Amino acid sequence: MSEVSVQTADFDVGVEIEALSSGDVGAGAVASFVGLVRADKLAEGQAGEGVTAMTLEHYPGMTESALAGIVVEARRRWDLRRVRVIHRVGRLLPGERIVFVGVASSHRGDAFAACEFIMDYLKTQAPFWKKEETPDGGRWVDARESDDVAARRWEAVPGGKAT
Amino acid sequence: MSLKVLYFAGLREAVGVSAENIDLPAGIATVGELRKFLGVRHEALTTAKNLRAAVNQKMVGHDAPVAEGDEVAFFPPVTGG
Repeated sequence: MSEVSVQTADFDVGVEIEALSSGDVGAGAVASFVGLVRADKLAEGQAGEGVTAMTLEHYPGMTESALAGIVVEARRRWDLRRVRVIHRVGRLLPGERIVFVGVASSHRGDAFAACEFIMDYLKTQAPFWKKEETPDGGRWVDARESDDVAARRWEAVPGGKAT
Repeated sequence: MSLKVLYFAGLREAVGVSAENIDLPAGIATVGELRKFLGVRHEALTTAKNLRAAVNQKMVGHDAPVAEGDEVAFFPPVTGG
């Protein structure tokens, strides 16, 4: 199975988590993250303006290679077994799943760290853009400084490998 | 020199096209110089803040070189996940 998928279709979290360790008795830990469309997000400084839907645009080709590159970097830093990244594109409704990151490793430390690392880098490196639909019209989501800060903190973290 | 330029997200909407083939005059050698050149016809390229770029589908800085046949993309900071 491919490690990275960009797709409009939903995914089955149970199936994906199961596949990360199925038949691999050396896998002692599986960590996963699921990102969802929030229904109650309010615009800064505005009250009562909820998101009714969201459309995810991406850069076909670069998206897949950027995600694959992030997984390569995670493998360079930690001892990982199977890794799975799924990101949906197109129009999504509140409550729908957007992204799945699952990491299997021998021990939990590497799985937890790599899962968070992949999400932090995905947020700042992978070419996806969210456009929210609200009762007042569409608006592109602004990048958050906190996401840059989250990704930058890994620069000082060499990872769990002894090398 | 000719190359392909792509625009994404809010920048694509502001520019009005998602892709165009551009013939460049001599003297344009970097992403930043290309942005400045294209800004004459697409104001959004000049006014956009924190504009990011990719050459041949790799994220690069504005000082990165551009060459014949490259695919150059301009876009706002990414917001996936």
